[in-house]
Amino acid sequence: MIHMENLRKDFTVRVKAGRLRREKRTVPAVDGVSLTIEPGEMVGYIGPNGAGKSTTLKMLTGVLAPTSGEVSVFGLTPVPQRTRLALRIGVVFGQRSQLWWDLPLHESFRLLRHIYRVPAGEHEARLRRCRDLLDLDAFLDIPVRQLSLGQRMRGELTAALLHGPAVLFLDEPTIGLDVVSKQAVRAFLAELGASGDVTLVLTTHDLADIERLCHRLVVIDHGRVVHDGTIEALHARYGSRRSLVVDLDRPLAPGFTLPGATLIGAEADGHRVTFALDSASAGEAVAGLVAAASVRDLSVVEPDIEDVVARLYASA
Amino acid sequence: MGELRAYAALLGGKARSLAAYRTSFAIELLSNLGSTVLDVVTVFVLYRATAMVGGFTLAESLLMTALTAAGFVLADLTVGNIDDLKRYVRAGTLDTVLIRPLRVLPQLICMDLPLRKLLRLAFGVFVYVAALVANHVHWTPARLALAVVAPIAAAVFFGAIFVLTASLAFWWVESGEVGAAFTYGGRDFTSYPITVYSDWFRGVFAYALGFGLVSYQPALALLGRTDPLGLPAWSGYAAPLVCVPAVAVAALIWRIGIRRYRSTGS
Repeated sequence: MIHMENLRKDFTVRVKAGRLRREKRTVPAVDGVSLTIEPGEMVGYIGPNGAGKSTTLKMLTGVLAPTSGEVSVFGLTPVPQRTRLALRIGVVFGQRSQLWWDLPLHESFRLLRHIYRVPAGEHEARLRRCRDLLDLDAFLDIPVRQLSLGQRMRGELTAALLHGPAVLFLDEPTIGLDVVSKQAVRAFLAELGASGDVTLVLTTHDLADIERLCHRLVVIDHGRVVHDGTIEALHARYGSRRSLVVDLDRPLAPGFTLPGATLIGAEADGHRVTFALDSASAGEAVAGLVAAASVRDLSVVEPDIEDVVARLYASA
Repeated sequence: MGELRAYAALLGGKARSLAAYRTSFAIELLSNLGSTVLDVVTVFVLYRATAMVGGFTLAESLLMTALTAAGFVLADLTVGNIDDLKRYVRAGTLDTVLIRPLRVLPQLICMDLPLRKLLRLAFGVFVYVAALVANHVHWTPARLALAVVAPIAAAVFFGAIFVLTASLAFWWVESGEVGAAFTYGGRDFTSYPITVYSDWFRGVFAYALGFGLVSYQPALALLGRTDPLGLPAWSGYAAPLVCVPAVAVAALIWRIGIRRYRSTGS
């Protein structure tokens, strides 16, 4: 459904070279990205600032023309077929509004119905669903400029979905939102994705978005794809494991080993130890420990995806 | 058909947005009228000092001013706000226009139609009709057609200049006042008989860039005067055609510019 083959976008920037002379330099923003996204997938696109996430999204939506390579969405080439493509995709730019600033929110929806030429019945049904799921009713009559960021983002999501797009592109949909609004947006997107009618492609800096929403994670850095797969695959690849933190009545006997796990830390004179789980399951490790020592308390700690990604950026 | 409805909706959105600021709209409407009135008053002031300018009487000169005013204001009203393109390019907000299933230029025009210029248009048309009456035009079917077509062609020509100069923003965001030299400068140039300008300047602006064909030549044909500069009588009737190449060039530059658009980081 979405296909990119060796996609590339170069920007020319002028840099100072000497007192008056300025030199042209070509900077690749997207440097040979090849990806295929199937219908119904939920794909999270992450990378540090300037990695090329937004640029890729803009090439997929027909805003920017690629320098080279191929890109197609529903078999359409975005730049020459921009208007035809626009009828079938929804786009939310977290930092740009497509609502009418001075008009009540419901007016924006009405205008969009005409712009996308949506039959009144379909429009009503989709709007009704968004109103229910996103609690829009409380602020439908308020001019957009007076909405809070969280309310506006819920409006933006609705605006992007009223024409029933089969793909929704979201560029940092949760940026700047408070915790409650983030949850609301994520819950809505999760519901949308679960229905299977809409393919979601989102960029974000907030890894919680990815953990909550996306089965597939694409990490991009310096315009190149450095990881494409599940979050679990990312952990496996970078050796991040779950760990078991155990509080003991007495320190473990010297030379104690736990099959399938590695002792990676001891605190409080050996009264608290941490094991990384290599091949053992949490249950096996706990059973082994209880048999050998007197356990007072224990907890299983999930690997921190932020750490993994930070390491990934650092190594790239 | 559906597309027209979509543009109409954009226009309606603009009108309703204005209704949110009623008083400031009323003030803008009136203050905007001022500049066009001033253009016309300037001509009267000029003729207080002399009876003839460049070989033309006040009434004749006024016809050129009015033709320019009507055409220019019509262009300014419809596409003049394309000037804001540089703001959109700079902020990257053109993105939201590009994701809609409509063409960019008509979308920008409808989203930003400066309705505050409506009074100016009414005034421009009024002066044009008054100038036609004051000159006792000897009406023929051809002259009648020309009288209608000429201001529209002038509007199309100025509209093309607006689009052309606004497109510069795709190359140089700080294109600022370069465009104004050709839009407002062009308007001022065509407000007077081109006989008043020096040779090389007239050559470039009037003939090479086509501004002489916007109001001077059609006005001569309407007045039934021979051109002191020597162009044949039919040239006044053919002059409105100057808007055809102007539109073609503007469309070409616009298209190349859009492809060059690079958005901004977010």
